[in-house]
Amino acid sequence: MEVIKTDQLTKYYGKARGIIDLSFSVEEGEFFGFIGPNGAGKSTTIRLLMGLMRATSGSALIYGMNIGDNKKKILENTGYIPSEAMFYPGTTVSEILKLSAGLRHMDCSAEARRLCERLQLDPGKKTDELSLGNRKKTAIVCALQHRPGLYIFDEPTSGLDPLIQKEFFEILQERNAEGATIFLSSHILSEVQRWCSRAAVIREGRLAACGHITELAGTRAKRISIVCPDMHGLREALQRIISPNSRSPVQDILSVHNSNSIRDKSPVRDFRSEGNTASFLWQGDIKKLLDGLSQVPYTDISVTEPDLNEIFMHFYEQEGSL
Amino acid sequence: MTLLKFELKRSRISLAVWTAAIASLLLICLIIFPDMKGQVNELNAAFSSMGSFTEAFGMDRLNFGELMGFYGLECGNILGIGGAFFAAYIGVSSLAGEEKNRTAEYLLTHPVSRTRIVAEKLFGIFCQILILNAVSMLTSIVVVQAIGEELQMKEFLLLHAAYLLLQSEIAAVCFAISAVLRKSGIGAGLGLAAILYFLNIIANLTEDAEWLKYITPFGYAEAADIITESTINPAMAAVGACVTIAGIAAAFFVYERKDIY
Repeated sequence: MEVIKTDQLTKYYGKARGIIDLSFSVEEGEFFGFIGPNGAGKSTTIRLLMGLMRATSGSALIYGMNIGDNKKKILENTGYIPSEAMFYPGTTVSEILKLSAGLRHMDCSAEARRLCERLQLDPGKKTDELSLGNRKKTAIVCALQHRPGLYIFDEPTSGLDPLIQKEFFEILQERNAEGATIFLSSHILSEVQRWCSRAAVIREGRLAACGHITELAGTRAKRISIVCPDMHGLREALQRIISPNSRSPVQDILSVHNSNSIRDKSPVRDFRSEGNTASFLWQGDIKKLLDGLSQVPYTDISVTEPDLNEIFMHFYEQEGSL
Repeated sequence: MTLLKFELKRSRISLAVWTAAIASLLLICLIIFPDMKGQVNELNAAFSSMGSFTEAFGMDRLNFGELMGFYGLECGNILGIGGAFFAAYIGVSSLAGEEKNRTAEYLLTHPVSRTRIVAEKLFGIFCQILILNAVSMLTSIVVVQAIGEELQMKEFLLLHAAYLLLQSEIAAVCFAISAVLRKSGIGAGLGLAAILYFLNIIANLTEDAEWLKYITPFGYAEAADIITESTINPAMAAVGACVTIAGIAAAFFVYERKDIY
């Protein structure tokens, strides 16, 4: 059963882009990641799903229902964490948790206590004095204490320290194992890779890719920088590694410009050279690269994780390219 | 009702401060009345010889030496202005405050319809206005007894009914403003209350501007008219009631369709 389904969902803020023609679906029981750089439209999508805003066009269905017409029914079974959780000044954490439960006509005090303990949140704290992390924890307990079937989280881990992040994901995995569907946005690729079974990638308001995490992880590239006095030799060596039969050396970025699609099997992207230093993204067997380079007289080499923006730039440029 | 209870609990301190301020000003004014009564002739002469100001505040028609005249002038202005500012303040900060403090995202993602949220918030505002007015009235009644005077009950009740309508009207208009705004509009709300007050003064000063009394709620809440005529001007009050209803309707309509971000 599709728990979340969007069909050409589009939102403009006046003339400014929010999201354009976003279509994806999340099945029941999935742990779904929604990745994209800041400003890509993740929060816009989530706010549309939660009924905080109205779409310019297209539709978003949750449990097969339109949020505009069935808001109460949908939200009863949904837990939401906003990206910037803020609470009423002059109250305490426990008052906020009680209000949240009260608005759902439920008594969640036992579950709230358990969650506060696990996340090390003091319910007696005043909301005015909460740190970013503690605000996030309060929002997490609000979203989890009524044990809904669907969790929609907008960057839930920002502000949490690593230990609490781990605890949080463990709680989510328990809920997921019990059958709950989890949809979370993040701009941290590794986080999504580690916890989610499927993911969608959004870039500049459009869906760039959507698929199983193993397929998406195939795009895990490294940024290679090589200092080498013989640049021509390096280009030839690279070309031999890519296609052993070809003789033409790897060119600077212009020549690989049209190979943005992920379908393109070339493991070298974004090749740039300046003086005696070359830099490129390598997507493929790292041993094959290093073996191939053994003939080249390089003096230094560094292998680093490319930042997410680079990955989006070079691997998800074309719509639905996965 | 959960939200209503929460709202009232959260605003209890601000309500207590406003109520205490207005009630104690009423108390002080009424306590000095017996003293002023002794000097009534000098006072009346002084107040009626201030030119336009005399008319601006209705002092030409009210007798300072009588309790109701004094109550209408002094206490009426305290509750009139104080109550109007209070109503404007709580009305305008109600819905917009949720977005200014970024709590709207928290509140509106609970399984509660926006209509329900608007209704409970509105109800909370009227509860606060009722409490403020009830305490003010009780204070006046008790203090008047204590200083050995007697209220003309009909005029007293009419006067307070008019203030209640005035505060409801201002609160409703400010509530509609707060449904539109994304930021706090406290300045706009208090400014609106002040402008409405001055419009009535202008209407009192020149006959050409008397139509302004139909715009500002201070027109039908004019103590000099209510006490001398023992009635609230029905046409002006009807306009006030219509504006109140329109403000409330607008708030529901706008908030139901508002994008929260």
